[in-house]
Amino acid sequence: MPETSQHAQNPREGMMATLSKEQIGRVLAKQGILIAFAIFLVAFTIANPKFLSVDNVFSVVRSSAILGVMALGVTFVVISGNLDLSVGSMMSFSTIVVLDLHDTLGPLLAIPAMFAMTMALGALIGFLVGYLRLNSLIVTLGMLSAIHGLTLTYSGGQNMDIADKEGTWFGVFGQGSALGIPVPILIFALLAALLGLVLGKTPFGRKIYAVGGNGTAATFSGIRRARTVFSCYLISSACVATAGLMQASRSLGSQNTVGQGLELEVLAAVILGGASLMGGSGTIFKTVIGVLILGFIQNGLLLLGLQFYVQFVVTWVIIILAVWLDIAAKRGKLWSPIA
Amino acid sequence: MSDPVLRLENIVKTFPGVRALDGVSFSVMPGEVHALMGENGAGKSTLMKVLGGIHQPDSGHIYMGNHKAVMAGPLEAKAKGIVFIHQELSLAEELSVAENIYLGELPRKSFGRVDWPRLAANANAILKKLNVGFDAKARVGDLSIANQQMVEIARALTVDAKAVIFDEPTASLTDAEKVVLFDVIADLQREGVGIIYISHRMEEIFKITDRITVLRDGQYQGTVETANTNEEAVTQMMIGRKLDLSRNAAHHELGDVALEVRGLSCGKLFHDVSFEVRRGEVLGFYGLVGAGRTEIAETLFGLRDPSAGQILLDGREVRITSPVEAINMGISLVPEDRKGQGLVLGMNCRDNMTLPQVDDLKAGPFVAEGAEIAIFDQYRDRLDIRTPGWRQQVGNLSGGNQQKIVIGKWLSMHPNVLIVDEPTRGIDVGSKSEIHKLLRELAAQGYAVIVISSEMPEVLHVSDRIAAMYSGRIMRSFTAEEVTEDSLIQAISGLGGEQVA
Repeated sequence: MPETSQHAQNPREGMMATLSKEQIGRVLAKQGILIAFAIFLVAFTIANPKFLSVDNVFSVVRSSAILGVMALGVTFVVISGNLDLSVGSMMSFSTIVVLDLHDTLGPLLAIPAMFAMTMALGALIGFLVGYLRLNSLIVTLGMLSAIHGLTLTYSGGQNMDIADKEGTWFGVFGQGSALGIPVPILIFALLAALLGLVLGKTPFGRKIYAVGGNGTAATFSGIRRARTVFSCYLISSACVATAGLMQASRSLGSQNTVGQGLELEVLAAVILGGASLMGGSGTIFKTVIGVLILGFIQNGLLLLGLQFYVQFVVTWVIIILAVWLDIAAKRGKLWSPIA
Repeated sequence: MSDPVLRLENIVKTFPGVRALDGVSFSVMPGEVHALMGENGAGKSTLMKVLGGIHQPDSGHIYMGNHKAVMAGPLEAKAKGIVFIHQELSLAEELSVAENIYLGELPRKSFGRVDWPRLAANANAILKKLNVGFDAKARVGDLSIANQQMVEIARALTVDAKAVIFDEPTASLTDAEKVVLFDVIADLQREGVGIIYISHRMEEIFKITDRITVLRDGQYQGTVETANTNEEAVTQMMIGRKLDLSRNAAHHELGDVALEVRGLSCGKLFHDVSFEVRRGEVLGFYGLVGAGRTEIAETLFGLRDPSAGQILLDGREVRITSPVEAINMGISLVPEDRKGQGLVLGMNCRDNMTLPQVDDLKAGPFVAEGAEIAIFDQYRDRLDIRTPGWRQQVGNLSGGNQQKIVIGKWLSMHPNVLIVDEPTRGIDVGSKSEIHKLLRELAAQGYAVIVISSEMPEVLHVSDRIAAMYSGRIMRSFTAEEVTEDSLIQAISGLGGEQVA
């Protein structure tokens, strides 16, 4: 508004007071997660000086890499205004498939074959949500269960193991390191950089924001909405396939349920980063921050000597907190009787 | 004269950086219809929120009768007898009329059970008073918008209303429905209720109100007796200058036919529609909401499949099956619903403006942001868009500036045919006249422009020719010279006038 600058030049005392008070509220609502995270880091470092040691930081990033790669893809889906709850069971599927094909086709063919199969699932979801306009929550919740069944059918319910664990180079994606940096971290970083550019700098990325922000207006602007949503699910499934590859490579054997529950952690990381579940906002950089926050919190709880299972509860609390702050940031207040 | 039912004294309300209300005072007498006017952003909504207890004033007082009243919240305002009839209805569509009327206060029997017979009887008593043609058991979602509004009014009558505030009540009503509404308002007047009537529509204001209070930029501009003033004077109070609404036909040479439509039909929406638009002229489509005007525009833009007929661009027949194709063929549509269809409100100004051409603005694989900013700057200057910069979220702009962003977005595509649906809906008087001027300039520059509007002064002001639509058909076409208000109204009401292609 044009009046804004005029009033800012000769502010009245009373106005200054309300200004700063409301600004504090807004900053709290907007940056609340980062502030809470900073407090958390300081508190945990005081409680356990090992927490911020180089070794521990490296191990946190490394153990977050698989989740992180999946979160990169889900960021695309969430910004386009949809959900993807199938990524956990899809990751189990990729892991089992690539381990099985490793012994039948050999690693060189197993990897592209697994990518093709996983991305076919992504294409199916993209078709249902993008072109048929079905609700993404229903579609991907159903796919969560359907893909789980598919995985069990494929494996016959058995754990999958590579026969000759010593004689394969397949472990490089999960266990190797290059230039002194573990390969999982490299994959996560490179993929984050690549997808960050795609989302933030290309026309395709711009269209995703438009479709998620206001799909009708995007259509009225000549954007092919269905194709855009379809592409987001394809990217998400490619990320899941990458994560499955990393998982399989790390352990060279796997249960059918290796990715179970990851869909919620992934979603938590994306929301923690500040992407809105309504679509249209969020960035790859913010998602990486969200992944790290989640990783550090889970690691910190373990260092405190809490049971591993506590993290499931904590993850839920974090999701609720993040969603609350997201809404609060929009209305500029932590609580309001009207939406 | 008796005491006012409601008196506002020196109300001040500031938001960070903005003085939304700066010393507003006026009073409403019993049985008076008091118009509250002002451009968008003048402070009307803020004032109503103060009255309704949603905002607390920084200073100033509200008096009801002779007592100072503090509205701590919406419930308290209602308890004190202040009732709002909102422009956007707030009804539960799946519930019955009676349940909606008494929502939150359903009559009870023992154990908290709802007393259905009493509920129906009470509701029907109120409906009878309003003289409406539906039953208390009807499902609200099945009623017309006008009848839904009657339900809101019925709800207002369940409390002992001292002051009733109507916010743009006629926005979606037909003329016949307006008559019913005005009757209800007259009844309220006779009962001594004070009425605040907010509207942009001058005819109504001069028909039913007793006094007019005008706000501009949060400042009280004065209160005048309706009988002692005229539209021009009130407009001047609202915008601080005079508004030009003269006829405005082209004085330049017209070019070739840019778009021709022959016998176009689309199911039940419109039928056998034929017209042509030349470069350099504005073709106005006038008619009631639902007459099929918007549907024609959407068909030309590839959003609907025609069931019959031809579309010719520059004399060549084309098939348009998607907005992408329409855009590639040089058709641009500024849609009627600015916020729902025109803009991504969470995006910044620049990104909104370049959205249709983002695929073409590339530097390598990336969006050429420099070129985007250049386009934004060009149209910001040309259309006088007031925004702190391209980074500003479009949702934070005023309605007029938002509409200019949408127009800039489509002008920057250099269209052969520019379709503008409701160019000035919901924007203030000042921006309105700027947009009218712009539409005339575009025609003078050789654009073929189609303007769809529900406002007769607007159509008369900007069009070279006018197609009057009724129930999916073009009833008559007029040139700017021959059209009269009467003949136009007859044509869009389906009265008289044979169909002319």
